[in-house]
Amino acid sequence: MSACETASPLSQSDGLPRSPEGEPVFPEPWAAEAFAMTVHLHAKGVFTWNEWAAALSREVHRPRRAADGSDYFECWVAALCALLVDKGVADDVTIAALQESWQRAAEATPHGHPIELANDPLRAGEPSS
Amino acid sequence: MEHHHDDHDHHGHHHDNRYSDMQARVRALETVLSEKGLIDPAAIDAIVETYETKIGPRNGARVVAKAWSDPEFRAWLAADATAAIASLGFTGRQGEHMRAVFNTPETHNLVVCTLCSCYPWAVLGLPPVWYKAPAYRSRAVIDPRGVLAEFGLVLAEEKKIRIWDSTAELRYLVIPERPAGTEGMNEETLSTLVSRDAMIGTALAGAAT
Repeated sequence: MSACETASPLSQSDGLPRSPEGEPVFPEPWAAEAFAMTVHLHAKGVFTWNEWAAALSREVHRPRRAADGSDYFECWVAALCALLVDKGVADDVTIAALQESWQRAAEATPHGHPIELANDPLRAGEPSS
Repeated sequence: MEHHHDDHDHHGHHHDNRYSDMQARVRALETVLSEKGLIDPAAIDAIVETYETKIGPRNGARVVAKAWSDPEFRAWLAADATAAIASLGFTGRQGEHMRAVFNTPETHNLVVCTLCSCYPWAVLGLPPVWYKAPAYRSRAVIDPRGVLAEFGLVLAEEKKIRIWDSTAELRYLVIPERPAGTEGMNEETLSTLVSRDAMIGTALAGAAT
């Protein structure tokens, strides 16, 4: 863990929920994972701070947001997706297909076993990556 | 050692594992980015760990502190943990049932699960990264003493270890033993002695984790 990742400027993102000590507060584990991916991609130079701030701003200022701000990390993920599509890293169709595939994989995985993408019944026969 | 394997096997029609849209979407992004070589899952875990260790599981710690201080609450917690915990304003968003398991001088409790979906984050905060590793779960069941020793928790040979396997319907909260010398402390101070790991059973209350 490098110091620059610990003190990522993404911790200063607009509207990020924080504890009284100033640490980000995540409502659910996926939000922490999305945050971590974004920190990592920014540290790798996949996008700049300004690009991130603009993408996040577009999402958090959309109409019909939850009045209590509880959908903040949904906006965060939408901003990350949009930025990755914009950069040509991913496309909406692929992301949506993988999302459904992960949901099928989760339902097909018995309790006590790790959920893996290869568990999606519709992927059977494909080599796992 | 006793191994409690709760009632999920009796629901043949029911899936234990479900990903919400957001959980699945984040996994989808991870998959795309890993395939492109843009992220390394270990690096992501390391970043998550950096942040999550700084977020205290204060909700569960308050439940524990109250159980130590208030015998009536303790009895309620033992009889109906879901309602007792909800009375403090902490409810799981997925409506899961909670059960409190109490450490005693004779028995230590350890909760295992490989899956985020079985983890009561509303009460405990975020799960530690190692908690989701399949190796942790299988080893904890086979050799709990060895696994606990790796966490720096060496239990007396005569102490019984109970393993609890969380399911989608029922999740566990370990109530650690109240540390000696804390008689004069109020609930707020007591709650600072309770780490997340103590509420999973990989540490004791008051012990540095």
